[in-house]
Order: sequence, then C-alpha cells, then structure tokens
Amino acid sequence: MEKLLEIDQLTKVFSFGSILSKIKLTAVDNISFDIKPAEIFALAGESGCGKSTTARMIMGFESPTSGQIIHSGTEVAKNEKVWFTQGIQAIFQDPFGTFNPLRTVDRYFFETVKNYKLAKNKTDAIKLIDAKLKAVGLSYEEFAGKYPSEFSGGQLQRISVARSLLTDPKLLIADEPVSMVDASLRMSIVNLFKELKENFGVSVLYITHDLATAYYVSDRIAIMFRGDIVEMGPVEQVLMEPKHPYTQLLRESIPEADPEKRWNYKIDLSELEYEEYMRKGCKFAGRCPQVMEICKAEMPQDTQVGKAFVKCHLYSESQKSQNEVI
Amino acid sequence: MKILKDLFKDYRFVVSFGILCFLLTLALLTFFSPYDPALWGEVPRDMPPSSEFLLGTNSKGQDVFWLSCFAVRNSLTVALIAGILSRVIAVTVGMVAGYKGGLTDRVLMFISDSLLVIPLFLIIVMLAMLVREMMNLLTLGLLLACFGWAWDARVIRSQILSLREREFTQTAILSGTGTLKLVLKEYMPFATPLVFSTLINNMAWSIGMEMTLAILGLTNLDIPTLGTMIQWAVSYQAMLLGYWWWILTPVILSVFLFVALYWLSVSISEYLDPRTRVQRVGA
Amino acid sequence: MNKTILKTDHLKAFYVLDVHGTQKVVKAVNDVNLDIQENEVYGIAGESGCGKTTLLKALVAAIEPPLRLMDGKILYQVNGKEIDVASLDQEAKRKLRWEYISYVPQGSMSVLNPVTKLKETYRDFIGSHVSGKSKDEAFEIAKEHLLDLGLPLKILDAYPHQLSGGMRQRVTIALATLLKPRIIIGDEPTTALDVVVQRGVVQLLKDIQGKLQNTIILVTHDMGVQANVADRVGIMYAGKIVEEAPTETIYGNPAHPYTQYLIDSLPKFGDKSTRKSVPGSPPDLGNLPSGCPFHPRCPHVMEICKQEMPGYTKLEPNHRVACWLVGEGERLS
Repeated sequence: MEKLLEIDQLTKVFSFGSILSKIKLTAVDNISFDIKPAEIFALAGESGCGKSTTARMIMGFESPTSGQIIHSGTEVAKNEKVWFTQGIQAIFQDPFGTFNPLRTVDRYFFETVKNYKLAKNKTDAIKLIDAKLKAVGLSYEEFAGKYPSEFSGGQLQRISVARSLLTDPKLLIADEPVSMVDASLRMSIVNLFKELKENFGVSVLYITHDLATAYYVSDRIAIMFRGDIVEMGPVEQVLMEPKHPYTQLLRESIPEADPEKRWNYKIDLSELEYEEYMRKGCKFAGRCPQVMEICKAEMPQDTQVGKAFVKCHLYSESQKSQNEVI
Repeated sequence: MKILKDLFKDYRFVVSFGILCFLLTLALLTFFSPYDPALWGEVPRDMPPSSEFLLGTNSKGQDVFWLSCFAVRNSLTVALIAGILSRVIAVTVGMVAGYKGGLTDRVLMFISDSLLVIPLFLIIVMLAMLVREMMNLLTLGLLLACFGWAWDARVIRSQILSLREREFTQTAILSGTGTLKLVLKEYMPFATPLVFSTLINNMAWSIGMEMTLAILGLTNLDIPTLGTMIQWAVSYQAMLLGYWWWILTPVILSVFLFVALYWLSVSISEYLDPRTRVQRVGA
Repeated sequence: MNKTILKTDHLKAFYVLDVHGTQKVVKAVNDVNLDIQENEVYGIAGESGCGKTTLLKALVAAIEPPLRLMDGKILYQVNGKEIDVASLDQEAKRKLRWEYISYVPQGSMSVLNPVTKLKETYRDFIGSHVSGKSKDEAFEIAKEHLLDLGLPLKILDAYPHQLSGGMRQRVTIALATLLKPRIIIGDEPTTALDVVVQRGVVQLLKDIQGKLQNTIILVTHDMGVQANVADRVGIMYAGKIVEEAPTETIYGNPAHPYTQYLIDSLPKFGDKSTRKSVPGSPPDLGNLPSGCPFHPRCPHVMEICKQEMPGYTKLEPNHRVACWLVGEGERLS
C-alpha cells in the first residue's frame, strides 16, 4: 500500500549550555515509522518522550539532526514549507493559545483562503468556510466576528480543526488535541478525527499521552519512551496485549473508569529522567521488572512479535534461543 | 468612539486631555499671530501683562503670549519628530531582533545595549555641539530620536520572543501567512500599547532634553521653544529684574505639558494593557 | 454510622465583580450541601468552570473578595465540637489550616519556596506550626515522615526545581500531611502529571489515608482517578451538586443525565464502539439558564426543567439526585 508519510531513521539532538560544558540530549533517537492514507496513527508516550519534537520536525518547524522525512514519495529538503506544498495541517494542544486573543477568529479563515487562493471572491470564501465549519458541527453565523474568549475550549478546538480542513490536507497532525479540553467534550473532538478519516480520507497523526482515547480512535500506535519507539503495531495488539514492559506499565497506570478495576499493587517511579536519556542500553532498564544483564549494555533491536514491532531483549532472537535452551 | 468613552471615565485622562487641547490651541493660534517670532523690537520692551499684551513683553521687544504660542508649537514638533521616529526605530529593531534571532539579534542588541550603558547626555551634548551650525527643529528631532529607542526596542524584542513561542504563531504560519504580515498582524496588537505609552514618555523626555540643550545654549536660539525662551529670559536676568511674566510663562507651560503627558501615558497604558484588553473583550 | 467531619449547609459563594460600572455576579457555588464523613475519600467531579475550585476555597475558609460568602454555613467538627468557620478570626483559621485541614494544589511550585532547599522549607514549616521544637528535632520529624511515606531522604538537600513534577507533587503532599491533618483537600493534584507518575501520586494519597484514617476530599475531572480512589463521588454542575452516591453506584447506576453522559463518554479498553460527548457547552456561571442549569444540554428536557430547579430525590439512603426525571425531590428551602 502507498505511504503518505514515511519517517526514516529520524534523530534530533538538542545541545544545551555553553561552549565549555555542552550537554547533548537525544530527544528523538533514530525512529522510523510510516502513515498510510486514511489512517489514524497514534504516537503515544509520556511528556519528554520526544513525540512533540517528532511532530515539529514533520511540520518543518524544527530541522532533524539526521534522517529523512518523506512525504508521499518525495523527500523534504530543509526549510521547505511542507504545510504549503504537502497538504499538511496541524492543530495544537491549547485551544485558547491556538488563536490570537486580540484578533477575531474568522480572520484566520479568511487569511488561509486568501493565502492559498482557495476562493475567487468573498461569497465563495464564506461558502467554503461555512462548509468546513459544518463538517465540525458549527456554522459561519455563530462564529463570525467573535474573539477566541467568546468560545469554550471544545468549540475552539473544533474551530481549529475546521481551519485546518480549509486546504483539504491529506495529513492532520494533532498534538495533544484533547488534553486541555474538558473530559465531557473530549469525545466530540476525537470522534471528529474518525469522521474525517471515513468521510474525507484524511490521515491523522494523533499525538497523545492518553492511551484510552488513542485506543478508541486510532488504527495503529507507536509507544515512545525517552526518544525511542519501543513498541509499534495495530492498536488492538499493542494496547490489549502489550509486549514491552514499558507499554505494560503505561497500560496499567491508566486509571480505568470502573471501580471494580482498582489498582491493587504498587509501582516504582523513576526519579532520574536525565539518567534514563543517557543510558547506553535499553533506557527502561533502570525500572524494568524483567531487566537482564544484556539490557544494561546493549540497545535492543526491533523484533517482530505478531503484527507488532517490539524493542526489547525479551523478544530478541538470541534471547529466545537462550530461553529455549534453559 | 467607545475607546474615548471608556477613557473619559478616567479623571487623569480628562485632565491631561484638557491641558493638551489647551496647549494645542495655543500652537494653532500661531498661524494667526500678528508678530514674527524671529523679529525683535516689534512691541515696546519689558511691559508687564496688560489688556494689550496679555502676558507682557520681553526685553527683546517681543510679545510673550505670542512668543510662547510659537514655543509650544516648536517644542511639540521636536517632541513628535523625536518620539515617532524613535518608535519606528524601536519597533523595527525589536521585531527584527525578536523574530529573526541569531546573529541579527545579537548585533542589534549589542547596539541597543551600548546605547543603554554609555552616558547618553554627554554624547548628545557632544553631537549637538558638532551639528550646531545646521541645528533646526528637524535635526534636533533626529538627534534625539537616535538615542531614545534602545530600551523600548529591548522590551518589544522580549515580547516578540515570547509571542513567537505561542501556538497562534504556528496557526498563522499554517494559514500561509508570510513573515511580514505575521509580525504586523499578530504581534503588532501586543506591541501597540507599549508603543503608545512609550511614545508619550519619549515625547516628555525629548522636551526635557531640548530644554536642557537650549539652556546650555546648544540649540538654535533664534527658534522659539520652551527651552530657548527660558534661556533668553535667564540670560537677560529676567528674574533679577522682576520680569516674572517672561520666565514664569515658559516654566508654567512646561510643567503643564509634563503633567499632561505623564497622566496621558499612565491612563492610556492602563487602558491598552493587553491583559485588561483581553478581559474587556471577554466581558 | 460514620461521624460527620465537615458539613456545608446551603452554601452559596458568589464572585461579585465590577465590570465597567455594572455589577456582575458569578454564581460559582450555589446551594451546596455536603456531609463528609471521617475516614472516607470524597470525590468531587465536574468540568472546568463548574465551581469546584471555588467550593474548595470555601471549604478551607479562604473566602476573599471578590469571592463572597452569600449564604449558608461551613461547619468543621474539631475534637467533637462543631465550629462555624465564618465565626473564626484569621489567627484561628491559620491554626486550623494544616493541623486540621490541609490543601494540595495542582501546581506544587507555588507552595514550595523556589530559592531554598526543601530541608529549609520543612524546618520553617515545622517551626511555625509546632511550638517548642528545636531545629534538629523538627528535622527529625520531617525525616521520619518522609521515610514513612517511602520518599527518598536525599530530596531534602534538593531545590524544588531539581525535582521532577511528580516528585514535587509528592513532596508537597508530604508537607501537607506532616501535621497529620484530619482532612486533606486535593485540587486536581494529579492533572498535569504523566500517567505513570499520576499513579504514583494517587498511590501516595491512598497510603496516607490508610495510615492516618482521615478524610480526603479529592477534586478532579478525571473520572478514572475518581473511580480508583473515591469512596463517594459528588458530581458538580454549574455550582450545584447534581448527583451524589457511593462510587460503585455512580459508575454502575448513574441517574442524572449529566452523570450518564460523563460516564458513557469515557473510552474503555477493549470496546471501540462510538461514544458521544455531552452536547453543547458548559454554562456561563455569570449568566445561568433558568430552572435546571443542565436543561439546554439535556436530551430528556421537559417543560418544568426550564422553570424550576429540582430538589434532591433519594434513590437509596446515600444516593441523591437533583433531576425532575427521577422525582420531585424535597423542596429546597
């Protein structure tokens, strides 16, 4: 099947500090994945795992240290405006930060229409804007001439989606789109992604720390931890039968809205984020309940387990054969 | 109109607005002046205030009332030239430095920091001495404009730096908005209050600076300004000779001008503060 | 029967704002009756802007203008005596705070002094609240307390910014519980945290409650956390508690349409069927709809809902609902 977006061995290293004492931090470490047309792909992980940096690189706001980002078969050169040429749009985490509080929201719509030359005159422009707003359950009348503060967070987030739809993008990048929206309104945003996929064939890169909505909405998922993708595959498999010990921990840390399923055992917390980034071997080795000698020394390779890829020595070939010998 | 209505609820604005209107009327009156301010001896010398000469006359044979009208006009002109030009420089430097970053930022900020740390007054005095031959209202305004932008450019730069990280910047970029438009449309509204309130502050600073230079005798003394009026009155010993109307008129006018500008700047900047503005839009 | 430890009686706390000459009243807490027991975890759930934070302010007796106590009482049970909080002076309130009731905010940075080591913060805290203790003794108490809670002692030598968000939150909780308060109030204590860390913080809160046998009032919009921790849950909407019941009942048999929406909209693992969120938007507390504030968003709206706010109907002894669908309820005074 054709690939809409292909990420090939993407790496981003940030340097901090002065010339004398430079600290290097690998925020994204050699990750590869791809997104197919009309697919919702979730990139999930905790804060500081590199998921937002990845999104910024795909949008072209940040240039990768190494690796390639290939949009529908063409590699993107540095500094190219991908959102202009490749049909990419994005929505952001904070609905109140997405629009300038001192300007009316509709200005962004008209500017988009004008800059991309989407309509011949104002009537056409309003028609187009109204159509896109209808797609997210709003209308032109209820939004024209209003400031961001006159909407609720959920409404603004839907307006944000409507704006991104103006250019008929093939890929929508949603960076934590629901984390600042009220729980009662979250599903209206998430359902929107499903509709976009089914009705318009839009792919969504859904970046989130919320595995429950990721499970609900996405087709495939990649779990990131300290810059690595540790597990990737169909969402049913990764979240219902997690293989990597980190995925298992994440999955079990989600409080389920069911008083019957309370947590009944305790977990260990990491206190040393920085140390985890600097680890030579598997970055989860410090907390992993099934840690082995090899984990501390060597970074595991991707191993296919079922339909998913897992980066864990527990499933690697050498380990398997050892296990069999024992 | 609504803006003025809201502003008129603030007594400071009302008072300062009234004073400024009065001073502007004086400035406009110059166009109907019966005397040429450059000429001496048009009226009898050293007359105290009377019905014929509203504020008396001075030792140069000039009518103090009409002379001070010209002085207010010229002082305001210098202040406006200096204020507006330095705002343009401050906004341009601040926005370019803030948005471009990198080397451009470092060079521009080096210049503005240098202006901030060197003793400005001495430099201005030195430069004023150098260009004394061609000193007129415009050159004086330009000279003051060159030195009045550094701090405000820094403030605007830091504002842009934080705005650049806000998500609506990315929304605008994704909407296909170019850099220039982005800066003007998205960031300018945040910088406007600052530009306005500092414009007025800067005008007050310029008027003060002009007076200092004039009293030091470094400006063109043939052009009547509040500063040169005081300078002439002082050099003719107006105080000692009891010609109080000659020296008190420019002094009182300057005090009025400073108070008006200060209250205007305070009330406008309170009104334009983006935080209260956001609240108002929400209310 | 358990003993009541904190009670509110028709509590009304409004923000009275002056917007360009016109008075605006924001009804943030509007007729709330709570009866919180000893040794229970009471959860308050609701979306942002429903008045939860204001309710907490009222509960910890931190009502300051523009917030005003309009009506009703807040009653503490201290050593068997009932105390009306409104009658206390500043000094008495300060004494009760931390010793009787303590508060864990969402962002812990505001509680910890950023420029001193945590050691100093602990020492100052003990010094100002426990009289007659020397510095060393105070330090020993702090150490013991941290060990009790399973936190590493080396954090005492750290500055707040050196700790991760989760660790900071746990340190704040440790500080808030140092004097073994009878009531701990948590205002979205886990909201900004990652799931794994959130679990750690929830774990700590549960531990403390188990050890001290005290009361926790936990405010969070995360229904998952509520399900995991709370014994009873009150659902708050537009300044009112619209439903209150033991956790199992709230999740298993919700009666108010709003609660039903809240529970049904939560995605569950292993079930990808379409879920709907509550239609419409939360109401503006400064301009509430007439009658039941939920009526514009309610799928079962009736004529009476638009005119009158229903009273509470008791479905079970400890399950009360304010909804016309369920019953007329007792008349509100």
